[in-house]
Amino acid sequence: MQTEIKFAGFGGQGILLSAKLLAYAAMKQDFFVAWVPSYGPEMRGGTAYCTVVISDKKIGSPIIKNPSHLVAMNRPSLEKFANDVKPGGVIFINSSLIPTRSERDDITELVVPVNDIAIKAGSIRAANIVALSAFAAKAKIVDLQLLKNCVKDEFAAKAKIIPLNMKAFDEGVNIANNS
Amino acid sequence: MAKVLMKGNEAIGEAAIRAGCKNYFAYPITPQSEVAEYLAKRMPEVDGVFLQGESEVAVGYMIFGAAACGERVMTTSSSPGVSLMSEAISYIAAAQCPAVFVNIMRGGPGLGGILPSQGDYFQATKGGGHGDYHLLVLAPDGVQEAVEMTMKAFGLAEKYRGPVMILGDGLIGQMMEPVEFPDDLNTEPSNKNDWATSGMDTRKSDKRNLVRSLFLDPKELNDNNLALKAKYEQMKKEEVLYEGYNTDTDYKVLIVSYGTMSRVCKTSIDMMKQEGIDVGLLRPKSLFPFPEKAVFKAATKESCKSVISIEMSMGQMVEDVERCVKGQRKVDFYGECGGDIPTPEKIIEIIKALL
Repeated sequence: MQTEIKFAGFGGQGILLSAKLLAYAAMKQDFFVAWVPSYGPEMRGGTAYCTVVISDKKIGSPIIKNPSHLVAMNRPSLEKFANDVKPGGVIFINSSLIPTRSERDDITELVVPVNDIAIKAGSIRAANIVALSAFAAKAKIVDLQLLKNCVKDEFAAKAKIIPLNMKAFDEGVNIANNS
Repeated sequence: MAKVLMKGNEAIGEAAIRAGCKNYFAYPITPQSEVAEYLAKRMPEVDGVFLQGESEVAVGYMIFGAAACGERVMTTSSSPGVSLMSEAISYIAAAQCPAVFVNIMRGGPGLGGILPSQGDYFQATKGGGHGDYHLLVLAPDGVQEAVEMTMKAFGLAEKYRGPVMILGDGLIGQMMEPVEFPDDLNTEPSNKNDWATSGMDTRKSDKRNLVRSLFLDPKELNDNNLALKAKYEQMKKEEVLYEGYNTDTDYKVLIVSYGTMSRVCKTSIDMMKQEGIDVGLLRPKSLFPFPEKAVFKAATKESCKSVISIEMSMGQMVEDVERCVKGQRKVDFYGECGGDIPTPEKIIEIIKALL
């Protein structure tokens, strides 16, 4: 069984970090994982996307054309990748920045205003954590408590922002469970 | 040791540290700059040295200097940077000094692009610099293998007293995968007292060691080249590495592919297997020495009708494949080299056209 998740947005939104945290949690659950960033001549504000491959056996091609799920943090990402997602997957839409929808009826759409939720929790910079936890709660790929611990570990060197990110994480899980 | 999630570039840096390398000289270039970033921080922690050269040309000779002193030394670069180092690599090979070079390939020729490529196969396996020399070339297919090959490379460089190259590509450098650093790959540096210019007082010897690549006497030069040739013959006997995938079946087509490209091929093979089509893969892990006999044997299996070399290049390794197959089977080629890695679906389309 292999699951692929594409995280996409613009540079600075924490796309690569969200993807890394998911990969990290999956690794802790003894899955094979690969974290494959798009790297190109981009600058802050340019597009950023990253694919996480999670599998119960050794991963062959880390290059994925059709991911199982998509986390779209801005409008260009949704427009570019929505049609690539395999039927049955989750398409996460950051509705704080995306007024449109995927217009697909063969996937599960999860619409969350992550920027607004993050601002309410204390800082817009935690928007990627809201998106990560909301998506993870809906897609049920990794253990949520384990993922939360991975978030905590990631910020171990910046202890004062841990409470913000823990709050953001919980808010994301709540909204996914109630939608 | 527990697994850690690391980028290929960082893992290569850590592998060098674990292998006892205390000297790392480099010049930044995408897509391998994270090695320098990582080792700039890590080297001082182990009392090692990271020095950023003013250019790759300078770095090549820094490597030569440290290697001549018998120190474990490594550099990392990407395609255009390796071209600039090629002169020094030729000198290091001629002077018989152990050193580790890592090339995280990007698209070429010229400045090319910064995305993954396998366009430096010729450069790595057939020369790059001038003269009769070879590098021992290892090609990892992921982060774990990049770690293991980097750690082994120092011992191999010392065993053969010559340059060893790890030939990866931008994807392996940029991708994160779980890795372990096996303790048993950290070999003790071999005795260098016989040749290293480490200073007579440090080795308590009266013998004067000389490291050089200039041999004006034709007999001396010929002898040096014969000594190099003998090493390459020994490598062909002792260092050939490869992996077969789905080769215990009655495959009609044999793919020969290495590195990142071979992983895509493995996925294609798995997908075709579900349709009842068996395709074999022979993945060279050492590119020099090339697994000549293994390729011949796999290609000439009775069920096998044709062979295809699939590369992220315009057709380089295919020349070695043709050489090894010796005309016994048709050898085709497929490659892309703009930076987009062919998808498993594309490979299936190519293979099905051969069936």
